[in-house]
Parts: sequence; C-alpha cells; structure tokens
Amino acid sequence: MSWFSNFLTSSIGRKLIMSLTGLFLISFLIIHLIGNLQLFYDDGGQAFNIYAAFMTSNPLIKFVSIGLYFFILLHTVQGLILWSKNKAAKGSKYAVSNTKTTSFASRNMALLGTFVLAFLFIHMGDFWFKMKFGGSDALNMVTYPGHETAVKDLYEKVAYSFSNPLLVLAYLVGLLALAFHLMHGFQSAFQSLGINHKKYTPLIQMIGLAFSIIVPLAYAIIPIFFFFNR
Amino acid sequence: MKLTLKVWRQQNNASKGALESYQVEANEHMSFLEMLDVLNQSLVEEKKVPVAFEHDCREGICGSCNMVINGRPHGPNQGTTTCQLHMRYFKDGDTIVVEPWRAKAFPVIKDLVVDRSSLDRIIQSGGYISVNTGQAQDANAIAIEKDRAAHAFDAAACIGCGACVAACPNGSAMLFTAAKVVHLGTMPQGEVEESTRVQAMVNQMDEEGFGMCSNTGACEADCPKEISLTNIAEMNRAYLAASLGSQKKS
Ligand code: HEM
Ligand code: SF4
Ligand code: FES
Repeated sequence: MSWFSNFLTSSIGRKLIMSLTGLFLISFLIIHLIGNLQLFYDDGGQAFNIYAAFMTSNPLIKFVSIGLYFFILLHTVQGLILWSKNKAAKGSKYAVSNTKTTSFASRNMALLGTFVLAFLFIHMGDFWFKMKFGGSDALNMVTYPGHETAVKDLYEKVAYSFSNPLLVLAYLVGLLALAFHLMHGFQSAFQSLGINHKKYTPLIQMIGLAFSIIVPLAYAIIPIFFFFNR
Repeated sequence: MKLTLKVWRQQNNASKGALESYQVEANEHMSFLEMLDVLNQSLVEEKKVPVAFEHDCREGICGSCNMVINGRPHGPNQGTTTCQLHMRYFKDGDTIVVEPWRAKAFPVIKDLVVDRSSLDRIIQSGGYISVNTGQAQDANAIAIEKDRAAHAFDAAACIGCGACVAACPNGSAMLFTAAKVVHLGTMPQGEVEESTRVQAMVNQMDEEGFGMCSNTGACEADCPKEISLTNIAEMNRAYLAASLGSQKKS
C-alpha cells in the first residue's frame, strides 16, 4: 500500500481529497436544503416532522450520514493540515502585502472553513443532537392522522430556536462564511481535479458563483422567516 | 526623479535582515536594475556595502533579476521582468519597497539574492528527455500539429525565475513545475516519459518544502511569462493518471 499512502500524502493527493470531500459536501448542501424547504409548508410542521423522523431512522440514510460525518471530518482535518503546511512553506511575510491579484476567499479558505465548522457545531448541537439523542424533555412527541407512530416535534424546536435573535445572527454569519468558502471552493475543486477547459470552465465558474450565492441565501431565509413569523 | 527606496538588507542567511531607506536620483529611461546600479555606485563612493541583487541577461530571458517591488514580484506591470521594468512607471517622490523572494524553499543568501537551487533539483529529478530524439533533421520528420506545438511553446516560455513561488501565499512551486511537465509532455519526444517525469518532479517539489496549491491565481498574475493556471490542471491530470493508472507500485 505504500504507493497509495505516498499518493495520498503528496501535494496533489491532498488536494484531491479536499476537492472530492468538498464536492461531496456541496451535494449534501443541495439535499439538505430540499428537505428543509418542507419547513415552509403551512401544515403546522407535519411534513417536516415526518421527514425528519424518516431521515433519522432509515438504514440507508443512516449509512450515508456516517459517510457525511467522516467526510466533514476528513475535509476539516486535511484543510487544517494544508493550512499549517502552507504557512510553513511561505515562512516569512512581505513588508508590503499584495491583495490585488487574489480574492479574499481564496486567501482565507481555512478561516472561512473554521467559521463554517463553528456554525456546524452550534447547528448540530441545537437540532441534530436533540433529534438523535434528546428524550421527551428535549422534544415533544406528536402524532398525525394517517401516520400511526408518534414523531418528535422538531418543527416546534426549530421555530422556538429561531425566535432567539442571537442564534439567527450566528446562522447568518455562518452562512455568509459558507458563501465565500464556496465562491472560491466550487470552481477550485474542479481545477484540483485537473478539470480546466476552455469550453467548460467558464460555465463551471458561473454555476459556482450562482450556487454560492443562491444556496446560502436560501438557507438564510429559514431563520429569518421563523424569526419574523413567530 | 527623486525616489525613496526601502531595500531589504541581510548580511547572510543566519543574520536577521531589515529594511533600510535610501535616496536615489534616477531618470525615467532607466530600467529598475539601472536605478539600483545608480544606488550601488553611490553606496560604493560612500564606502558602504552595495545592495546584492541577481542579474544577468537584462533582457527578460534568464530569470535571475528577482525582487519583490511594492509587494509584487517583478513589480506592478504584467508580463514583465524587473530588468524590463522602466522607471517611467514610477512617479517623482515615490517610495518603493524592495524585498527578496520569500519562501521556505528559497533561503536568502544576501540582501535580495535567494538560493533557488530547489528549482534546479526539481528539473534534475525529471525535467529532461532521456530517450534518443535523433539528430536535428529528425525533428522535422515528426509532424506536430501547430496548436500542439504552440501549447508546448507557451509552457516552454517559463524562465525559471520563481516569481510564482514568491507571489504564492503558500510558497507553492506548482506553476513552475507544471510549466515544465506540460512543455516536455506535450511534445512526442517527451510524451514517452511523462508518467515517470510527473511523479518524480512532484515528489521532488514536495520534498523541497514548497507549499500546496490553493488555486489563488497569484502565480499566474505575477509570472513575467504569463504562464497559465491551466498548466497546473494539466499537471494534476497527468499526476493522477501516473499515480492511479500506471502499473508501477511506487
Ligand atoms: C458544508 C461545508 C463545506 C463545504 C461545502 C466545503 C467545500 C469546499 C470546497 C469545494 C473546497 C475546494 C477544494 C479544492 O480547492 O480542491 C474547499 C476547500 C477548503 N475547505 Fe472547505 N468546505 C466545507 C467546510 C469546511 C470546513 C468545516 C473547513 C474547516 C477548516 C474547511 C476548510 C477548507 C480549506 C482549508 C480549504 C482550502 C484548501 C486549499 O485549497 O488549500 N471547509 N472546501
Ligand atoms: S512559471 Fe513564470 S513565475 Fe514561475 S518560474 Fe516560470 S516564468 Fe517564473
Ligand atoms: S536579468 Fe535576465 S531576466 Fe532580468
């Protein structure tokens, strides 16, 4: 296996890991957003709660989510390794720094990623942990006609959490960091994979820019909506 | 024109350097190096140690006139080496800060001169063609599409100055290495060894302590030969193919 570990610890191998895990996380962002849009159904949370119960009990989803936790961890650890190795490789700084030729996001991927990570901790501690491990003291149980088993009322918890302006603010900051992370990350992932093409790269860059604005914005609507509607 | 120069002075690699201020009287027809010559002449007349800087061809082809001018390797102009940068791009009364290339793999030798032999070792690891390519006339016997020749030539324009490393916030040598890999690998004579070449050169690049590419594009922006980032994607492709696709278990 030595060729394989050599490959994975080479500069290009490490970037391959960043790129593939990053793209996986991007695909997760889409799925997660589509599911969350059910919060906007005007049904007192029925569709969302049944969906949330399904997502925490279905064995296939459970399997995929273990992959997701692993990839978040891998992306984060690899990202921090890159950051520290790259800092060491630069050594000292210039007296006059140049910020003209590079984007803010591309220079600060690790910082932006750390903001995203901090946000993930807040987010998962508040909802995911309570949904998965919280008892009836954390979440109420509700039943719906046509759906025999009682499910946890995550909808109520979401609505309650987003009445807190500080939490809403934390979400907005986290999502802003995500937007900038993606503005550089989306197209960068393709370059790392060796995909740079006169015909397709401008398209990838356009889709990347649109994605990094639209998706975080769509997520941001959720806390804002609940904050002003409750 | 009257200029204030702040130049990095450092006696040797072990000593701590610092910026020192000098007043220089230059005219706009001078190149940046000629302006430094004027400064050094006056330093010599004052019995002071002149500023050490590297230079050779003074026509933009040798890649030795390396210095960071106001935060930009080879100065503010696009596609220009320091020797081809003229003082008409500066204004009377300007303060200009001049620093050496900064990267762990480029230790400072003295003042503005750094040791770039790490780039030489990357070349030595595989930046050549060792198969028999025949005599001069044999080059004409191999038909090469114009676009392909032009693509190789664009990469071959790299003069090995290391401005890409100096510009990169990660001190990465990916643009330099990619230019060599693409230049040689695009031609039929060099294509034969591409797989072993790209692995050897990337391994050496990593061993020298250069950083990893974050695709910031800083290298491309300050490369005096305007080597494109697409070369890095091409090298990534070749490296992935060589590492994952080849039969060799190393
Ligand atoms: C939903 C969350 C996230 C998504 C969708 C995401 C996506 C991406 C993508 C697509 C890239 C580009 C990869 C490449 O250049 O090949 C990237 C790079 C990066 N990510 Fe993330 N990321 C996320 C979270 C994080 C977190 C939590 C960290 C933690 C520190 C992080 C740190 C980094 C770093 C440091 C890079 C730059 C690597 C480099 O090019 O030097 N990311 N991310
Ligand atoms: S790629 Fe450009 S900046 Fe880098 S060594 Fe070659 S000529 Fe210099
Ligand atoms: S002195 Fe040769 S490139 Fe400038």
